[in-house]
Amino acid sequence: MATGDRLRAGPPAPDDRDPGLQPERTRLAWRRTTLSCTVVTVLAARQLAQSPAPGPGQVAAVALAGVAWLVFGLVAHRRMRAMAAGRPPGLPPRSALLVAGCTIAFAVLGAVLLLTGL
Amino acid sequence: MIDGLRSLGAAVRLWFSPARVREEGTTPDYRFSLANERTLLAWLRTGLALVGGGFAVDQFLPRLHPGMRMTFTVVLLAGGALCAVRAVNHWVRCERAMRRGTDLPVSRFPSLLALGVGVLAAAMVILVALGWTR
Repeated sequence: MATGDRLRAGPPAPDDRDPGLQPERTRLAWRRTTLSCTVVTVLAARQLAQSPAPGPGQVAAVALAGVAWLVFGLVAHRRMRAMAAGRPPGLPPRSALLVAGCTIAFAVLGAVLLLTGL
Repeated sequence: MIDGLRSLGAAVRLWFSPARVREEGTTPDYRFSLANERTLLAWLRTGLALVGGGFAVDQFLPRLHPGMRMTFTVVLLAGGALCAVRAVNHWVRCERAMRRGTDLPVSRFPSLLALGVGVLAAAMVILVALGWTR
């Protein structure tokens, strides 16, 4: 069946795949973004590991970086599972805010580490 | 400027009551929403790359003048955070425009970011060429 026929034939069945593979592309975009977040987490951990005298400040910073990475990963995981549907629902605004918040948390953590010399 | 501030205020209110986006207009084709979502993620990756660059400057340029190193790091970290905020803001505005069937919002943010990254790179080249390291 040609694409044109299918578009005229009304809404396709829920398990019908989009010929443009939009859900798959979006799932891979989430994967790439999670990898970027992991790289930032590793860099933050490396910075903390180089500290000459680890103290409670370092432990709190490592915990914050770990939480931000976990939240990012969990939001991405849920969204990637939603992409399994033929017609995924829209991105919940809370998810968008959470992943942006994680990025900002890393920036703030980096600034605090820099300015306090931890 | 005043208009910019007003639209920013409206956008911030929208972030915290996101259900209002769904009250108006009609739901666009899911493929358009997914494309908008991928744009959001691409901007988030840009922000994450800038934040990672900030960490990298701090860790991998130990011979750079300390004041310079701190300036570069802070600028990169702030740029990354700004990119993340802008990513969500642009995503909300595009989603709303698609629901209303109006034109997608235009923005001068990409040009400003390109200029900023270019200036940073040029400054780094000059610093290395002058040997302004300890």
